[in-house]
Order: sequence, then structure tokens, then C-alpha cells
Amino acid sequence: MLEIRNLHAKVDGREILQGLDLVINAGEMHAIMGPNGSGKSTLSYVLAGRDGYEVTAGSVLFEGHDLLALKPEERARAGIFLAFQYPVEVPGVPSATFLKTAVNAVRKARGEKEYDAFEFLKLMKAKRDALGMSEDMLKRPLNVGFSGGEKKRNEVLQMALLEPRFMVLDETDSGLDVDALRVVAAGINALRRADRAMLVITHYQRLLDHVRPDVVHILSKGRIVRSGGPELALELEAKGFAGVMPGAAA
Amino acid sequence: MAALARKPATTIPFGYGAEAVARPNEPAWLTSKRAAARAVLAAGLPSPRVESWKYTNLQAFATQAFAMLSDGPADAPLALLKQTTIDRPSHRVVFVDGRFAPALSNVGAVPSGVTIRSLDDAISSDEFVVARRFGALADASSNAIAALNAAHGSGGVVIALARGASLTEPVHLVFIATASDRAMAFHPRVLIEAGEGSALTLIESHVSEAGAYWSNPVAEIAVARDATVRHWTLQDQARDATHLALNAVSLAQGARYESVLLAIGAGLARHEFDVAIEGEHAEVSLDGGYLIGGTQHSDHTTRIVHKVGHASTREVYKGVLDGRARGVFQGTIVVEPGADKTDAHQLSRTLMLSVGAEADAKPELMIYADDVKCSHGASSGALDPAQLFYLRSRGIGEAAARALLVEGFIAETIERIADEKVRAYFTRAAGDGLRAHGGALS
Ligand SMILES: Nc1ncnc2c1ncn2[C@@H]1O[C@H](COP(=O)(O)OP(=O)(O)O)[C@@H](O)[C@H]1O
Ligand SMILES: [Mg+2]
Repeated sequence: MLEIRNLHAKVDGREILQGLDLVINAGEMHAIMGPNGSGKSTLSYVLAGRDGYEVTAGSVLFEGHDLLALKPEERARAGIFLAFQYPVEVPGVPSATFLKTAVNAVRKARGEKEYDAFEFLKLMKAKRDALGMSEDMLKRPLNVGFSGGEKKRNEVLQMALLEPRFMVLDETDSGLDVDALRVVAAGINALRRADRAMLVITHYQRLLDHVRPDVVHILSKGRIVRSGGPELALELEAKGFAGVMPGAAA
Repeated sequence: MAALARKPATTIPFGYGAEAVARPNEPAWLTSKRAAARAVLAAGLPSPRVESWKYTNLQAFATQAFAMLSDGPADAPLALLKQTTIDRPSHRVVFVDGRFAPALSNVGAVPSGVTIRSLDDAISSDEFVVARRFGALADASSNAIAALNAAHGSGGVVIALARGASLTEPVHLVFIATASDRAMAFHPRVLIEAGEGSALTLIESHVSEAGAYWSNPVAEIAVARDATVRHWTLQDQARDATHLALNAVSLAQGARYESVLLAIGAGLARHEFDVAIEGEHAEVSLDGGYLIGGTQHSDHTTRIVHKVGHASTREVYKGVLDGRARGVFQGTIVVEPGADKTDAHQLSRTLMLSVGAEADAKPELMIYADDVKCSHGASSGALDPAQLFYLRSRGIGEAAARALLVEGFIAETIERIADEKVRAYFTRAAGDGLRAHGGALS
């Protein structure tokens, strides 16, 4: 589904991604773990198409098409979703208005019928309840005054509503207490399907107790230095990043 | 609709003399007030050399020829009547081309102690009271907009609430300008007296067909002890129009005045507030939003004087500027000697959508008391790229994302309107305004 080959990307003139290779097939969930500053968020922004993240070499194919040629909104409509590490506050734009605009923009692009206000409210209520979010929260401006945990739930809500094919979750677990983590993890698991794939970026094993990745990768200095099964995350938890780097004493 | 049969219009000369031109059936006090105003204007309209008119130049405006409608039937295009319809009950007072249109108005039953009358009616039944209020707050000797209105004015509305009286439904003043082969001028005067402990919600709509005209409304609003006046104004006039407006307000002890102004229209517009806080524990809240493009000029000049202490002012102006539009915010807050424990905060923000637009912000706090909490801030910037990317990453196209952000910026002003239906009316106008600017003013 997603094929990243020899990806190099610069931010502010500095090369952050330095030859990253990653192939994710439909139905799979991959996890990327790596120290702060290793380029995890940079990778997620490059995939989502943020300005200022300049790809200097390599390619990204999404279902065989050149993802990097698309604008951010075209990527979203094609089925790419990024749950932001730091969701952006947008004063003055009610969450519900934003959600409806986004969902209908995506549906329209996919040739599906746009929801009317009533249909949308019904849909939103169902998804919202599953994530334990109040109606009042969605009347408030997008992410403004939301706690860290509320922002992350809101990301998962958007993901559930947009029904993407490929999802990148950038530290969606950080800032969540144990209960919220369980709810968010359930939201993520509910989206797993044979025709979808996920890339979960995290710092901690803790999320991986709830969502079970098929493959775990270690990212260091803009490159994947080790890949393995779920046991790699446990090893990392025990030994720290230095201990799992290739060449480290076993 | 059928063409209007109009009586001949008189042309406004911008050269003034001090001579009193009495109008038929006009009381002598009004003639003399107009004469006094003309005497003030004889020195000419304010030039950019006058500090408070530094950013707004009336010289080109004053070369235009305007005509005043002496009389004739008042009728209005259905589209504008519909456009100004709010989906809630209100006492609707309609003016067409500056004249009260009883047939289009709809003032419901009001509680005892409340009167809503045309200025002419009020003069004939309560001349003494009107004479006392007219010009009491809008000072023609120091304010050019007040002087122009007094010099040329005819018509208006008088709303009075006796002690403890409250109107549950808002009064909606609708000022409609129709297309005309001559550029017309309107100078309505609105006199509001909110008696002790009374409550009034006033909505003002200024709308028009396309065309050039001059709208020059002046409102004098006296808010007595513990009374509340909410004042929500939509200025959505034709791009060729000139709009020179003044709201002169006084507050007694414990009084509240809350204004929300949304200014979308007119080629050249100046919206002035002149607020005098006369009593302790009075509260003033002024919100202004302007949404302009092309070559529009929108000036917001406010002056709030804290004459006594223990009162508060909250003032937030937000402008969206596209094309070669120019926005002006001049906010003066004066805290007079002895007005301790004054709490006054002012903020001006502009969103610049093009490099050709210009914003001038001149906050001015003049504080002559010691123990006060006052602040002001002004900022100006483009749309936030992080917000834009966030919206686009959810599938929203760039133009739609920009429009959402601009609407969101202005929505913070509109949200200050406490009534949901009125809020919806303003939101619709802002949305239409955005679209009229050609796709998110981009
Ligand atoms: N917008 C930016 N401007 C400048 N440097 C950036 C920017 N974003 C990321 N970086 C730098 O790129 C490196 C990788 O950052 P990031 O991808 O956020 O790491 P991670 O998510 O793994 O913690 C860091 O050194 C960071 O300082
Ligand atoms: Mg990161």
C-alpha cells in the first residue's frame, strides 16, 4: 500500500530524513519508535505534504501512485490521514463545522454523497460517543481550550469520520492518562481492516500493549536502523534506544 | 418594482454659511441647532491635518454632489426587505432612502413605559424632551459627523424606556438605500433613552442596492443607572457608498452598553463611538469586525472616557483586509483624574490577505489616574500556515480552508451577540460578504 524508497528530506536547510526505506502492506500495522529528534514527525509531515518539508531524493508510492506530487488535501482525499502530534488550535471555527466540511470534501472527491446536516449529526454522535467526547466539546472552536487528551481524542474522531486507507498516528498516546489511552486505543483498533494500513509513531511500549503492531521499526538520525516483530518494542523498553541499535552488545 | 415618484431633491452644497435655513414645520430649536452645525462646518470638513482624521480623507468625498429627498413615497426592493429579515420576532422600524417607512415597519405591542416613535412624531408629541436630547451626546461643535448630521438631518427614530421597563424583543432599525439616478444623502438621527434599570436590545442594519450615496446616521444613547443597552449593527452597504456614522453613548452608575459592529460594505466608511462613563460600576463592551477588499476604506474610531472610577471597558476590533483595502483603528481610552480602579482593555487585530492592503492602528491610552488596570494590544498578520495545513490535511481545499479561517476570525466578533437568531443573521451577512469579495477575499 505504501512504499517509501530512499527518502531524503530537508527542513530549514537541514537534512532530517537520510535515506529512509519502508514498505507497508494493506492490513498491516507498523510502529516506529525512535529517540526525540530522530525525524519521526518529519516523516509524518512529509507524508501529509506540509510546506517547508522538502524532499531532496527518494520516492513515496501510495497504492502505486506518486504521493509526493499531491497537495495535502488531495492526499487526504486519496485516503492518507495524519493524526498530529500537536493538533492545531483554530479559534473561531467550531469543531463540528470543521468536521462536516472535511468529511463532505473527502466524500465528494470520492464520488460519494455528501451528508446533510441531520445525517452528519447522527454519524458524529455515534463516533463521538464511542470516544467518550461530549457534544459540548464539538461546539467549541477546533481544539481551542482542549486538554492534551481531548485533542488526541479529537484526532481519532476525525480519523474515524474520514475513513482513511492509510493512517499515520504521531504520538497519539502521549499526554493520555490510562483510561483515555484505552479509549483511544479502542478507537484505533476499530479502524483496523484488511484494506487499511497504519503507521503508529510512539515513544513508549505502553500504547503497544493495546494496539498490536505487526512490525516494529527503530528510527535513528532519519533512517530505519532496525526492524523486527512486536518483541522489538519490548526489547527497547528493557534496554533503551542505545541497547537496541545495531552493533550494540546483546 | 415600480419606479418611485419622488419630489424634487435638493442638492447639498458643501460650502456652509452660518445662516439659519428654516424648513417648513420645523421647530425653532432644531433650526438653530442646524444653523450652529453649519457654522461649525463653515470652516470646512476635517482635513488629514486634523489628528483624528489623519488616516481618512474626506476631500474627494466632498467634491461629490449629493441630493436630499424632500419627500415622496417610501418603498423598498423586496430582496432587501427579505435580506434584512431576522428569524425571530422584533419591532421593525424601516427607513428607505433616509425616510421613515411606516408601511414597511412593524412595531408590535410594547409594555407601558416604552415608546418607539419616528423623530417627527416624537417632536410633535414631546417636543420639549426631544429638544433636550437632540445633540446632548453627539456634540456638533467638536464632532464633524455629528455636525453633518445636524446640518442636513431630517428624520429618525426616538426610543424611550421608562424606569424598570424592558423590551423582550429587540428593536430592529433597518436603513435601506435604493438605486437611484442621483446620489442621495441620508442623515437619520436615533435618540435612545434607557431609563433606570431598563433593558433594550437594538439591532441596526444598513443595506442597499448598488449605487453611490451618502449615509450619515447618528445615534445618541443615554443609558441610565443599572440599565442595559445591547447594540448590534450590520453595515453592509454598496461599494460606492460613503458611510459616516457616530454612536454617542453615556452611561450612568451600574449601566451596561454592549456593542457589536460588523462592517462589510461602503467604499469609504467611518464608524465612530464616543462613550462617556459618568457613573461607577458601568461596563462598556465594544466589538468591531470589518471585512473589506478592493479599494474599500473602513475606519473605526472610538473614544471612551472614564470620568469616574470602578468602571470597565473591554474593546476588541478585528479586521480582515484584502485587495488594496485600508483598515483604520483609532482607539482612545481616557481615564480622568480620580477615576481609580478603572479596568480598561483594548485589542486590535488585523488579518492581511494581500500585500496591497494596509492597516493603520493607533491605540491611545491617556491615563490620568494612578490606581488603574489598563492594557492595549495591536497585531497584524497573514493567515497562519499551520492552521491552513491542518485543515487541508483533512481534505479541505485551499480556498475553502482560507474561507473557514477568515470566517473563524470574524466569528469571534459575531459570537459576542447573545441572541442565536441575530447571530445567524450576522453570520450569513459575513459569509455573503466573503463570497462577494470573490472567494475568501483571496
Ligand atoms: N519546522 C522545523 N524547523 C526546524 N527544525 C525542525 C523543524 N521540524 C523539525 N525540526 C528538526 O528536525 C529534527 C527532527 O525533528 P522531528 O521530526 O520533530 O523529530 P521527532 O518527531 O522524532 O522527535 C529535530 O532536530 C528538529 O529540531
Ligand atoms: Mg515528533
